[in-house]
Amino acid sequence: MRPETEAELAETIAACRRPLHVQGGGTRAVGCPVTGDVLQTGGLSGISLYEPGALTLVVRAGTPLAEVEAALEGEGQRLPFEPMDHRGLLGTTGAPTIGGVVATNASGPRRIQVGACRDFMLGVRFVDGQGKVIKNGGRVMKNVTGYDLVKLLSGSWGTLGVLSEVSLKVLPKPESAATLRLRGLDTGQAVTVMSRALGSPYEITGAAHDPQAEETLLRIEGFARSVDYRAGQIQALFVEHAVEVDTDPGRVAATWAAIRDVAPLQAVAGDVWRLSVKPSDAPRLAEQLGADALLLDWGGGLIWARVPADTDLRARLGEVCGHATLIRGSTASRAALPVFHPEPAPLARISTGLRARFDPRGILNPGLMGG
Amino acid sequence: MEMPVPNADLIARKAQIVAALAKVLPAGGVISDIAETRAYECDALTAYRCAPLAVVLPTSTAEVSAVLRICHDMGVPVVPRGSGTSLAGGALPTADCVLLGVMRMNEVLETDYDNRFIRVQTGRTNLSVTGAVEQENFFYAPDPSSQLACAIAGNIAMNSGGAHCLKYGVTTNNLLGVTLVMMDGTITEVGGAHLDAGGLDLLGLICGSEGQLGVVTEATLRILRKPEGARPVLMGFDSNEVAGACVSDIIKAGLLPVAIEFMDRPCIEACEAFAHAGYPMCEALLIVEVEGAPAEIDEQLALILDIARRHNPVELREAKDADEAGRIWLGRKSAFGAMGQINDYMCLDGTIPVSALPYVLKRIGEFSKQYGLGVGNVFHAGDGNMHPLILFDANKPGDLELCEAMGADILRLCVEVGGCLTGEHGVGIEKRDLMVDQFAPDDLEAQMAVKDVFDPKWLLNPAKVFPLAASESRRLVALAAE
Repeated sequence: MRPETEAELAETIAACRRPLHVQGGGTRAVGCPVTGDVLQTGGLSGISLYEPGALTLVVRAGTPLAEVEAALEGEGQRLPFEPMDHRGLLGTTGAPTIGGVVATNASGPRRIQVGACRDFMLGVRFVDGQGKVIKNGGRVMKNVTGYDLVKLLSGSWGTLGVLSEVSLKVLPKPESAATLRLRGLDTGQAVTVMSRALGSPYEITGAAHDPQAEETLLRIEGFARSVDYRAGQIQALFVEHAVEVDTDPGRVAATWAAIRDVAPLQAVAGDVWRLSVKPSDAPRLAEQLGADALLLDWGGGLIWARVPADTDLRARLGEVCGHATLIRGSTASRAALPVFHPEPAPLARISTGLRARFDPRGILNPGLMGG
Repeated sequence: MEMPVPNADLIARKAQIVAALAKVLPAGGVISDIAETRAYECDALTAYRCAPLAVVLPTSTAEVSAVLRICHDMGVPVVPRGSGTSLAGGALPTADCVLLGVMRMNEVLETDYDNRFIRVQTGRTNLSVTGAVEQENFFYAPDPSSQLACAIAGNIAMNSGGAHCLKYGVTTNNLLGVTLVMMDGTITEVGGAHLDAGGLDLLGLICGSEGQLGVVTEATLRILRKPEGARPVLMGFDSNEVAGACVSDIIKAGLLPVAIEFMDRPCIEACEAFAHAGYPMCEALLIVEVEGAPAEIDEQLALILDIARRHNPVELREAKDADEAGRIWLGRKSAFGAMGQINDYMCLDGTIPVSALPYVLKRIGEFSKQYGLGVGNVFHAGDGNMHPLILFDANKPGDLELCEAMGADILRLCVEVGGCLTGEHGVGIEKRDLMVDQFAPDDLEAQMAVKDVFDPKWLLNPAKVFPLAASESRRLVALAAE
């Protein structure tokens, strides 16, 4: 099934009698395996409105991400939240769509400073499980008119509705960027350094640590002179370390794309988990998880961990503030373990209740998020 | 604005309800004397007043839970209240409700500079959150104009913004977690010191739900390191169109000021008469503020002034020191007070695409002539959040209604050009009946379905947000079930 318009999408869902597996580019094969007819959103494609002077973009959900990024690039702007490309980690092919980015709330290293995909979402149009077209939010930057279903739909993995159109706030691309590299720190030292940098006034837009390479990376972006100034300030802040500064645009972009896409963990087989935690818990967790390889992003608040297939990583977490999601898992482990972190009972009841209201027949990616 | 007919049965059972509440609260925690409940009869939308059945002032999450469980079991509507500064009537009571004020819960529970968050009880005022961390040079970014008085509880309920959200976002972008008490008394944590949800983004749904999904008693808020400095520049233009084009060019140039404020001639004149800030008399005035180290500020301001000069400004004024910066902001910060000197006013907060600005200002001028009511415009231009202040005389019969009708026309215009009814104040009762102009029945149904899940009996702040006709069947079914 590949509807070409929102009306066709609504008709398709209304007429559907069997579970649907909603798919944009099919590059983010995450979640409990869904059996159902594939509903492709690629037919709903094209930019509906782009006003660079208002920093707003309205785009149909099936539009390839590359097309969106090219349009923004043409005006010197970008999606600020730096959506992860899952293809390298998951070994998937195909072209990611903007709808897939939103449905998975895909956000990269810059999340720590500017926010996640959900923070840049201004509006959605979607079709619910009964085939009703629903809109929420709009195309303006401040909007508190009614409940924020925009946030609810962002990161709902197609389980509440199928996105037909999304509007986003975009931001200017900075003139210049620099990677600051510290070598030889252990995880505890690295988290301390990242925390101090993030707590400085120098607007760090990336803070990652690769324990295998023993590299700690900080990123600064902005006007060239401002980047130079802040890089100098950071060097002065960590005068006891040798802080290398790299301002080559191609290398800076490649460094952070590798962090964003979890490149250090891609090549070797095994399950890969994604943990969102309080940054200062990261050093302790890094020990406790007993992982084969780790990558820390978000100043330590985001931990990527590779473990042998079918390992129940959550069992090693203990009482911790945060959540763990199995992003790359064998079919066996994705069927055996909850892929998404189990919610406390009252929230699980709410989530189940919301799914029952938005998709009473249980046909939209049933079971993908568990529950 | 119409409110539902109060439930006579509940009013008759007042003594029984008050007695049950008194059992779970410390002495002085329940107010039922009519002379005292009247202190809570309105919020900052003072045209509408109604004393509640009783007021409860709990001091802990456990007490809030006990109060809600009682009200749930007895079928009593609950109206939550922070500091009562809502401009939309979000905390307006009904005669049959228990008003639940969180103002006695105002402690800082945890400050964590390494992980950059603060956890507070939600009765704490917005400004005092920054006050708790500024000795370490940190701040809490959302800064609504009422920040001296408004509570975090209300900020979360309305997803409040402020002048600096162009750079820092609004409440929802700075909220990491909440302790939520649901209508049946269930206490649960949503989010926390970590980022983003592990499942559905319920935190994003709760923020801005106007106290209709649960009562938020504690909040984990993101705190940020203060920038090294900030400096504003003032620009005057001889037309709204030119000022609007200048805003657009600044944004397109890749600059991201922390604030871009816009004032039109009626507002400039009122502010000048009131605050004597030394503003130029012109059609439109912009205040643009940038942040950073001194050299960074110089560089950004130079670029901004270059852009402004291309639009033939009648005035360009840079602040050379803190004193001059203060004078640039003085008029803007006293805008509401200045308009209030002239007459009573109603403040709207519809948001429009920035490109529609000149057209919308022209149409507002036409409405002003048509209705015979003065209007001044002061607003956050970077994000299109308008604040038309309509002047009226509350003592003149029919003037309030005229003002409301004009306000409704302006908000419909905002929707017509692709904007929305409210950017940061919330719907409350004020914009409730205009929701049908922005949303189709299915859109509203989807939102009301969310409330069904959180609050099946529709007891929490039930007469707000949705047009009474749209929510009536749900409110009545809940009532009939009693």
